[in-house]
Amino acid sequence: MVSEQERKIRVLVAKPGLDGHDRGAKVVARALRDAGFEVIYTGLRQTPEQVAEAALQEDVDAVGLSILSGAHMRLTEEIMKLLKERDMGDILVVLGGIIPEEDYEPLKKLGVKAVFGPGTPTSEIIDFIKSHVK
Amino acid sequence: MGPDTRTLVQQLLKGNRRAAARLMSLAETLSPEAHTAIKQIYPHTGKAHIIGVTGPPGSGKSTLVDKLIHEFRQQKKRVGVVAVDPSSPFTGGALLGDRIRMSRFATDKGVFIRSMGSRGSLGGLAWATHDVVRILDALGKEIVIVETVGAGQAEVDIIKLAETVVLLTVPRLGDDIQTIKAGIMEIGDIFVINKADLDGADRLYVEIQTALNLGEREQSWEPPILKTVASSGEGVEELARAIQDHHTHLVESGEIKQNLERRCAAQLETIVEQSFIRKLFVQAEEREHFHQLVQKVCTRRLDPYTAAELLILRLIQPRIESDSS
Ligand SMILES: Nc1nc2c(ncn2[C@@H]2O[C@H](COP(=O)(O)OP(=O)(O)O)[C@@H](O)[C@H]2O)c(=O)[nH]1
Ligand SMILES: [Mg+2]
Repeated sequence: MVSEQERKIRVLVAKPGLDGHDRGAKVVARALRDAGFEVIYTGLRQTPEQVAEAALQEDVDAVGLSILSGAHMRLTEEIMKLLKERDMGDILVVLGGIIPEEDYEPLKKLGVKAVFGPGTPTSEIIDFIKSHVK
Repeated sequence: MGPDTRTLVQQLLKGNRRAAARLMSLAETLSPEAHTAIKQIYPHTGKAHIIGVTGPPGSGKSTLVDKLIHEFRQQKKRVGVVAVDPSSPFTGGALLGDRIRMSRFATDKGVFIRSMGSRGSLGGLAWATHDVVRILDALGKEIVIVETVGAGQAEVDIIKLAETVVLLTVPRLGDDIQTIKAGIMEIGDIFVINKADLDGADRLYVEIQTALNLGEREQSWEPPILKTVASSGEGVEELARAIQDHHTHLVESGEIKQNLERRCAAQLETIVEQSFIRKLFVQAEEREHFHQLVQKVCTRRLDPYTAAELLILRLIQPRIESDSS
């Protein structure tokens, strides 16, 4: 149809880093789809550059990073920097995975808006994204 | 608040990828503002070779597109990709995973990949796909590949958009003929049997060959049937060459002009048709008028042809008609 459509929320779900587990990321991706989002899933082992470029080309409203490797500080810092370079410093970035609590604050300082630990109900993630995208 | 549309278009024409991406999102809204943008972009399009890659889910389209990007990049061509996957008709959501197979080109500045949900369009090809392709064209991509799930209408829609249509099939054990549905054969410029590493590829080859010989094709182009193993890259070089050959054929035979006219006509038809339908169903007053006419047709006070004439008259002369109805 050529008739007008409302703007859909587009979310990039990315798995930066070297760990090979994407079950959690896939569960979240499906839940977001079922909530009516357009979810762009990039697959495993993405470099920060790949994540930032995908976010740019797909013009997403939000990026969800799933990181289990323990390298979340370095990866997140790099991705935030690359997003800023691409004039996307203000898009919503959330993080999921196994992240020690003491890292929550430093991550938020980097610009991450929320960290979702294992077992977070997907409805919480959906509501958070819905209420925080611009 | 981002930059205005005019600024975005200027940035696009200078090769700005962020502007291109934002214009694509705007195009997907199909709003008057989106049309304003496309009006400014259109004069800068028409340079790209648009290639459709269509076939059933899981047949290896994305894997093949990845290998094709590689081939075209070897030739130093700039490549755009639009990968369309179905949206849920119930929630409108979509899980778009085609990028997974093309990850290695995510950071190649000569490649731009965009994923799209089919959104409202049944069958698979969102109308905005046309505009997204135009944006890639204006961005300077020499090759634009459109990946769509071959399901009913989308297969037919793709010929309104692509100059070269690559139809993918895969051998499926135990599957009787009917590999390619009737009516679909006509739209393929190149037939690809992917997953040729699986059993049944030879039989499938014969089936397609037979079907092609049965069909009455007037075109001077004989569609080649190629076997590929997209996962290993086998046969992809030949496919890239066949795509190039088809384009050369279109240019040399002059068919490129007819091809373009056919696509422009189809696009214009769709826009007019949809604009009418939109007017009928979006504006409450028009919807009301439409339903009154439906009632009259149902109760045999009016025949459907007269009703349609009244509707069209009213839509093209809204002020004159609205007083008398
Ligand atoms: N055996 C085999 N598998 C393939 C081939 N091409 C792709 N695949 C696999 O088929 C699956 C679906 O591929 P994908 O490109 O996502 O298909 P699409 O849905 O048509 O885009 C993936 O697991 C691929 O690795 C091939 O030539 N042979
Ligand atoms: Mg695909």
